[in-house]
Amino acid sequence: MTYKPVQGSRTVIALVQDKPGVLARVAGLFRRRGFNIASLAVGHSEKRGLSRMAFIVEGDAETVGQVAKQLDKLIDVVQADDITDQDVVYREMALVRVNAQPSTRTEILQLVGIFRADIVDVGAEAMIIEATGDADKIDSMITLLKPFGVREVMRTGRVAMPRSALAKGGRDGFNVKR
Amino acid sequence: MAKTGRTLTGGQIVCESLLREGVEVVFGLPGGAILPLYGILPQYRKLQHILVRHEQGAAHAADGYARASGNVGVCFATSGPGATNLITGLATASMDSSPVVAITGQVARSAIGRDAFQETDITGATLPVTKHNFLVMHASDIARTIKEAFYIARTGRPGPVLVDIPRDVFQEPAEFVWPETVDLPGYVPPGKGDEAAVEKAAQLINSAKRPVILAGHGVTISHAFEELKTFAEKAQIPVITTLLGIGSFPGRHVLSLGMPGMHGVAWASLALDQADLIVAVGSRFDDRITGDTKKFATRSRKIHIDVDPAEINKNIHVDAPVVGNARDVLEQLIPLVNRASRPEWLAHLDALKADHPSLRIRETEKLLGQHVVKALNDITEGKALVVTGVGQHQMWAAQHYLPSESNVWFTSGGLGTMGFEVPAAMGVQVAQLDKIVWSVAGDGGFQMTMSELATIAENNLPVKFAILNNNSLGMITQWQDLFYNKGFYANAYTRNPDFVKLAEAYGIKGIRVTKQEEVNAAIRAAQKHPGPVIVDFRIEASEHVYPMIPGGMSIDELIEEKL
Repeated sequence: MTYKPVQGSRTVIALVQDKPGVLARVAGLFRRRGFNIASLAVGHSEKRGLSRMAFIVEGDAETVGQVAKQLDKLIDVVQADDITDQDVVYREMALVRVNAQPSTRTEILQLVGIFRADIVDVGAEAMIIEATGDADKIDSMITLLKPFGVREVMRTGRVAMPRSALAKGGRDGFNVKR
Repeated sequence: MAKTGRTLTGGQIVCESLLREGVEVVFGLPGGAILPLYGILPQYRKLQHILVRHEQGAAHAADGYARASGNVGVCFATSGPGATNLITGLATASMDSSPVVAITGQVARSAIGRDAFQETDITGATLPVTKHNFLVMHASDIARTIKEAFYIARTGRPGPVLVDIPRDVFQEPAEFVWPETVDLPGYVPPGKGDEAAVEKAAQLINSAKRPVILAGHGVTISHAFEELKTFAEKAQIPVITTLLGIGSFPGRHVLSLGMPGMHGVAWASLALDQADLIVAVGSRFDDRITGDTKKFATRSRKIHIDVDPAEINKNIHVDAPVVGNARDVLEQLIPLVNRASRPEWLAHLDALKADHPSLRIRETEKLLGQHVVKALNDITEGKALVVTGVGQHQMWAAQHYLPSESNVWFTSGGLGTMGFEVPAAMGVQVAQLDKIVWSVAGDGGFQMTMSELATIAENNLPVKFAILNNNSLGMITQWQDLFYNKGFYANAYTRNPDFVKLAEAYGIKGIRVTKQEEVNAAIRAAQKHPGPVIVDFRIEASEHVYPMIPGGMSIDELIEEKL
């Protein structure tokens, strides 16, 4: 289930130091150089003191190459790469609060099952669905939930990781030549 | 870690750290939040403090000092308005890759974020105009932070770094530990060029028929003067110098073509256009050079030597990038390029010079700015240190001043900061006390920062000011004339001060010049005078700077003066 990014957007991964203001530095760079962030996800990495950021950036390879180089110039950014042309796993998560009366619950549950999503909260008139997958899957699920009444949507940014090498000693992210 | 076992206050740690970084001079102005630091400065007599009249002056002076000395320039300012006044100076240093460390006082830690008196989020405000900045929340972090600040400021592509320290952190005691090394995993400045990339560049050079070198500020910053000269002479490649590259190559050398671009000499712009290879060394293909990038130098392959990988393919697509320090890469290149002679190409360029006499001054009785710079060039033989502001006077100086020594040209190139000429000249003079420093100023820019005349007089810094005084914002007049249908507005001053009397008010020698025949004597008299001098050159106001390639256009739209 490899997500193929929409045309005109690319994925940049940055390893950054966990320091106050690092997000402001990164966001300021995007703003002042006129680059648009379509999606952003941040979290701790496997290394202590370092976080990993995933950006979906609008633009062609050359523009986004500039983004990566400018990011790399920030002192708190350890490494920044455009991984779009690699073989990559993409995921994002969404929480969706949808109206759910006793009469519609079964139908919603079926839908949730099809998308391999979970119900994480149930109330008298609504429930919260947690869905994980690529952006298209989550878009489709939300579209199909709309007739029931979608009250609230909260989506994470997209996270991305190059696929592990299939051959011993191979480079991660380079299984398939595009 | 060199443990000293000494417990000092934060302010003392700042001073100890500055001394360990080799700092001798600081330009600054005290205020409430930074007073604890000033309180202990008398204990550190080796740190000379020059009290400026405005913090912008401190930042420009530190910048000028850095450029002229090759060391990091340092300035101090207090929180709030003191710190925000630095911003223009930091932005100037940032655009021109000048190593400056600014230390600012901040309100006490407990007051941060509460809109306290004289509180500004200065690390937030200076984010886009510094290479990096720090807010230091513990005295025990000061030494390491200052070490990192200096390392970041002076290495790789240099730039300004701001260190913001809350008032109570200056007072907080901590053990002084001076780190031996810096630990910045996200910052690895490039050194030598990749060998394969250098070899590819050498191949392009060896097969080129009509090569030119485009030498920028990177040559000066990396002190690659000898390497550039050896390289150019060996391969017989003419050298075009960008606005900030002036002084990176001898202006009177047979291979020197001078400055290209918007107000460059015609033959330099034509040479860029007609070349089959451009070797850009420490230049970033600024829009003042390229004009319309789609029409810029379409006949040539391009080698781009730059210490900043983000400059590669940013403005102009290049064929052979080499990321590295200009001096290192030139050293690598020199043995790989063939000794060459290019009589046809050089003769062609000579013919261009003859056909487009961009430096010829029109016949007139009136005193023109060009006359002044030409005379300065002749009398100083290109050996004086020249600082300029921004505008017509800057362009005339860039065209007519032909340095015969390295690193004698200081101007605000990237940001185009009017007013740079007064405080930057002060910083240049402090760095080079035994050299003659001429500040070629405009009457507009001069008045923006002339408060530093008091600082200059107070410290008896013998800066010579040549104000090219046309009672107006000359470049504004020129643009309104050419591009705004002669809609002249806000371009002329109806009441400028009497600059000779102004000089006297500061206890400075003042000379007025209104005629061509007075120029040489005034320049000589100024140079003879041991202290600072202001020469008020009353120049013709309607004069335009030519040649000109209007913004965003190409060499095809070159406007030349009809002589």
